[in-house]
Amino acid sequence: MGEPGTKDMISLDELEAAGGLMTGRKHILSILVENKPGVLTRVAGLFARRAFNIDTLAVGPTDDPTVSRITLTLDGAVHPIDQVTKQLHKLVNVLKIRDLEPEETLARELALFKLSADGAARAEVMQICEIFRAKIVDVAKRSVVVEITGTTDKIEAFERLVRPFGLIEMARTGEIAISRGRNET
Amino acid sequence: MRAVDALMECLKAEGVEVVFGLPGGANLPTYDAFYDAGIRHILVRHEAGGGHAAEGYAKATGKVGVAFGTSGPGATNLITPIADAMMDSVPVVFITGQVRTELIGTDGFQEADMLGMTLPIVKHSFMIQHPLEIPRAIHEAFHIARTGRPGPVLVDIPQDLSRAEIPYEPVTDVRLPGYQPTTEGNQKQIRLAAKALANARRPVLYAGGGVVNGNAAQELRDLAMSDRFPVTCTLMALGAFPAPHDQWLGMLGMHGTRAANYAMDEADLIVAIGARFDDRITGKLSEFAPRAKFIHIDIDPAEISKNVPAHIPIVGDAKNILPRLTSEYRALSADRGRLEEWWARIHGWQRQHPLRYEDSADTEVTPQFAIQAIHQATGGEAIVTSDVGQHQMWTAQYYDFPEPRRWINSGGLGTMGFGVPAAMGAAIGVPDRTVVCVAGDGSVQMNAQELATCAQNRIPIKVIILNNGFLGMVRQWQELFWDNRYSQVDLGQYPDFVKLAEAYGCTGVRLTDKTTLVEDLRAAIATDGPVVVDVRVTREANVYPMIAPGQAARDMVG
Repeated sequence: MGEPGTKDMISLDELEAAGGLMTGRKHILSILVENKPGVLTRVAGLFARRAFNIDTLAVGPTDDPTVSRITLTLDGAVHPIDQVTKQLHKLVNVLKIRDLEPEETLARELALFKLSADGAARAEVMQICEIFRAKIVDVAKRSVVVEITGTTDKIEAFERLVRPFGLIEMARTGEIAISRGRNET
Repeated sequence: MRAVDALMECLKAEGVEVVFGLPGGANLPTYDAFYDAGIRHILVRHEAGGGHAAEGYAKATGKVGVAFGTSGPGATNLITPIADAMMDSVPVVFITGQVRTELIGTDGFQEADMLGMTLPIVKHSFMIQHPLEIPRAIHEAFHIARTGRPGPVLVDIPQDLSRAEIPYEPVTDVRLPGYQPTTEGNQKQIRLAAKALANARRPVLYAGGGVVNGNAAQELRDLAMSDRFPVTCTLMALGAFPAPHDQWLGMLGMHGTRAANYAMDEADLIVAIGARFDDRITGKLSEFAPRAKFIHIDIDPAEISKNVPAHIPIVGDAKNILPRLTSEYRALSADRGRLEEWWARIHGWQRQHPLRYEDSADTEVTPQFAIQAIHQATGGEAIVTSDVGQHQMWTAQYYDFPEPRRWINSGGLGTMGFGVPAAMGAAIGVPDRTVVCVAGDGSVQMNAQELATCAQNRIPIKVIILNNGFLGMVRQWQELFWDNRYSQVDLGQYPDFVKLAEAYGCTGVRLTDKTTLVEDLRAAIATDGPVVVDVRVTREANVYPMIAPGQAARDMVG
């Protein structure tokens, strides 16, 4: 391809189209928004309007009280991520969007599991919890509540292991994420 | 002063010349402020009429239109104009009344969650929660509506807050950290685009409404004339390139010319400027312009590569980018002879497939002839608005627009009932030019009540109804794609439009003879005040040529 700034012509055949492509992997978007009423509705509404499907969503304050962080995950196999981020950027209350690189990102989720655990099962559940560094935060006669944090993979692995004991219910926060190193997310 | 008086001061500071609206309970304080604000207010008969009038005003003048409505039904009546303005990127500020704050959420009388209902169809919106917010919200609403890719902005003001006393200080800045439209255009990309143009053997310039919104018609013309680049425009951009012209291919898309659509089909390089590759342009997306590379210039980055992946994306304002592209292109001194073959091919299509229709053997007025007659009667110099349907397409095909902002219609949303109020707004915005609304007998009835507004205010619009007694476009589709099963499309000859016009205080004329049509139209248009012309046209005429839905451009029929 001809160098910009020279008189070399470029051949049209050499031009590659950019964008509109599916990446095929999970994406974590970290979105800084103004902390104003209705902003979450605008973000969620945009996803509905454009037929984008949110996998998980977590909202919380940041170090700056005027700014909130929305962390959402979505599937790059079914969504053109650059189109999602460009549409999000058009929202006036959206300040910054980062499509976090998996290798440079720490992502964590908190989950609470209510398990039926009586008799021998209880010991086994406790053992699994120990391996996963999960905490038992409530004990009743025939059940326990377990708190666990980690990546989505870890939580799903934990779920697979404890489900046979009798999973009564489960609550998960959805992932939050922050970039590694000194630079801001 | 009262917050509503501050609101009036804000409107004046924004240079608002006219407001279209209708009062009600929740915006009574606002209307009290109008009483001695010295801002022209046009009392419409339906809020939708006011909204479309504000759009027509904005499209004709390039300034921000303003429409007011009360809470609840007054506000929900504005939803169609808001959606319309969003689809066609029209800068309009909509200011609605809301019930008192203590009633919000209680299903109070005339309460509607206007902010919630309009979220997907606004560029931005403000819900006022404290009276002190009002001046800044109004100012920022205008800023957002007019800058970047224009669009509708809603400001919803609860009744009690609008009555509050506030200290008013003019707002001179905006604080919108999340809103910074890119206007510049990357120089490297522009240079790359110039080189691609110099290397192209079958280029087409494809201009959309963004060229009109960006006031970049002259810049488009300069680029086109820097070589012999063929130019086509979307429905929204007609007039952005002067028609007729040696390099003009006509409109493209579903009812565009064969020359324009075939040129897109065979092009090796398409330069999209302020256009968004709508399905009415591309036809079957997978077979759209299969040989082309795309340069896409748009102020909205989200449009680039949304439907068609761009090879050279350039984000920014066409008015800024096009002159730089032209000068970069000129500096390359490309071989002009390389486009000879391309033009020979295009001229072949133009000769073989001009726009054509079968004229009647008797005095019957064919609709295409009617548009040509309107062109003649106005010297091609009118601002023309339209409703949506067959008459709209025929106008787009047969009325050559020499300049931008002469053709005002509802493209994206396709809103029937747009034409009459839009004409009203355009006539107020550009009082020294003839404003014609070409309407269908179906769609004109969707906002005919604004004829009363025109009569009362002596707004001299000329509404020309192509009356075929059908919802013509639907009938055409039923004929072509649904085995002639005409389901619910026959409107009969109701109402009597001449009597209706007179009842509204307008002049009404009925025309049925093609031999005198041009002179009769000329006389009707020369009549003072608002005029309604009922032109009886061929009942079952079709708009051709046509890319059938889901088909490729090269398979055009008719």
